[in-house]
Amino acid sequence: MSRLMVASIGPASSVQDGGRRGAQRYGLTVSGAMDRLALAAANTLVGNEPLAAAVEIGPFGATFTAKDGAVRVAIAGAPRNADVAGRPVAMDTSVTLKDGETLTLGFARGGAFTYLAIEGAIKGELVFGSLAVNARAGLGSPYPRPLRAGDEFTVDAASGAPELRIELPKPVSGPIRVVMGPQDDEFDDANKALFLDSEWKISATSDRMGYRLEGPAIKHLHGHNIVSDGTVNGSIQVPGNGAPIALMMDRGTSGGYPKIATVITADVGRLAQTSAGTAFRFKAVTMAEAQDEARKFQQLIRTLPDRLRSSDTIELNIEALSDANVAGYAVSAMDAGTWQVTAEP
Amino acid sequence: MAATLPPPRLLPSGDSAVTVEFSRTIDDAANERVLALDKALLATPIEGISETIPTYRSLLVHYDPGKIGFDALCDKLLPIACQPLPPSTKARRWRIPVAYGGEHGIDLEDVAKALNTTPDDIVARHVGGDYRVAMIGFTPGWSYLSGLDKSLHMSRRQNPRLFTPAGTISIGGIQAGIQCLAAPSGWHLLGRTPVRTYQLHRNPTFLTEPGDRVTFFAIDHKTFEEQDRAAEAGEIIAEQVIA
Repeated sequence: MSRLMVASIGPASSVQDGGRRGAQRYGLTVSGAMDRLALAAANTLVGNEPLAAAVEIGPFGATFTAKDGAVRVAIAGAPRNADVAGRPVAMDTSVTLKDGETLTLGFARGGAFTYLAIEGAIKGELVFGSLAVNARAGLGSPYPRPLRAGDEFTVDAASGAPELRIELPKPVSGPIRVVMGPQDDEFDDANKALFLDSEWKISATSDRMGYRLEGPAIKHLHGHNIVSDGTVNGSIQVPGNGAPIALMMDRGTSGGYPKIATVITADVGRLAQTSAGTAFRFKAVTMAEAQDEARKFQQLIRTLPDRLRSSDTIELNIEALSDANVAGYAVSAMDAGTWQVTAEP
Repeated sequence: MAATLPPPRLLPSGDSAVTVEFSRTIDDAANERVLALDKALLATPIEGISETIPTYRSLLVHYDPGKIGFDALCDKLLPIACQPLPPSTKARRWRIPVAYGGEHGIDLEDVAKALNTTPDDIVARHVGGDYRVAMIGFTPGWSYLSGLDKSLHMSRRQNPRLFTPAGTISIGGIQAGIQCLAAPSGWHLLGRTPVRTYQLHRNPTFLTEPGDRVTFFAIDHKTFEEQDRAAEAGEIIAEQVIA
């Protein structure tokens, strides 16, 4: 066995997987990765099950050191500068750390969460089938709290498999898609239109439990108290002050505010990766379209192994990478040679 | 043969869940129907349903749109939700100790003042209630109770507290509650129980189920400390009443 030590890490970083299902009826939150596609991409790169436990790294930088042998890891999600002992590492690739080597990840450049998957996956004690950390409930494994410097994972020794990259489809851009309801009838047409036609920004006070949205105040038809009922990942509830909150992975399983709309499954990760302060819009879609997108999203995660490529078929353009290190901009790691710099949606 | 019951509303909760709503208010009859539908789905699962969450007045049904579409699911859910109710099975009864007032119930005095009475009287009214676990939600083990004495119905706090301790016994609106973990809350804190309605490595992990009945009884703060230590070590503390 090797070890991977967290040498340094910012707040809002924890072990996450596909989440904890089966005890929501007892109030046990689901938790799990904020961006499932990025988690699945990182895991696929090192041969793990797509929703195996990995490190979810918040917007700040982090460093990891291999001990007692080599460790093979992969990174996907919010783009960052990364290197191993000074050798640059691209997003969406795997890389092997030799014994004693350190992987250094910079701040997220656009987006929020980057996933570090470890070959063989993180091991720990499953609760309702999951290691996902919910710090409030003191749940998760091997550390039931945010990660901090000095934490260590006992991991499989690197297999020596060739390094890979994964070709993800071009990210969807444009509005975050929602299905209206379940309590959209608690709002009149003018306020539903206000919700759909306005520009929103995610407040800096947001966390894994909920994203507070800054924009116009949405008014209720009959007041803001409803009798508590169940919530889902992506429920958008409107509390008394009219500022919507999109409920995220650490949401409570029930809530007592009317829910005007629900983010479609395929777009929850995209909302999670929207940086605080970046303007975006919502768009209502039909149930048929939402379910079609959900099925495509499932299919994409299932077929990620078909998207693996040898990592030496891409040449890194370090200059473009560093040029792209501008707030609000992301660089596509897919288009080698062109390195198109695109504004975020 | 009994007539079928009026149909619930089926409200989409995104692309992977549907809320089966029987009522918009807190209503034990609607809650019975929620629990009956929940039971029926557990006994005879519909392909594609992954998890169900009973609440006061609705059942949230999580499903996999890769296995069943919204319309097909609703077509299967409606007839089951409209079936006549089976006779309700005997509920479990729990007696739960509470250390009222002082540091454990910091709102007791204020509640008494607001209702123009004494703290002892508030405790007597709270202890006098016969409650029903209508739902569990928000955080692990948080049991929402119906059956709060009408004279204790009062609006939630203007400013919700960001922290209330584990074991808090509180009232809010027309509801009473048993809170297991520390959490934010806008309810009024009357006391604390040593009972853990959720404890990870205890068997059972979760103590209460929707449909259970609950009564409270007062203990002094010294007894609380003793029972709290025992509970921490895995004792259930709550007394189950065998009828």
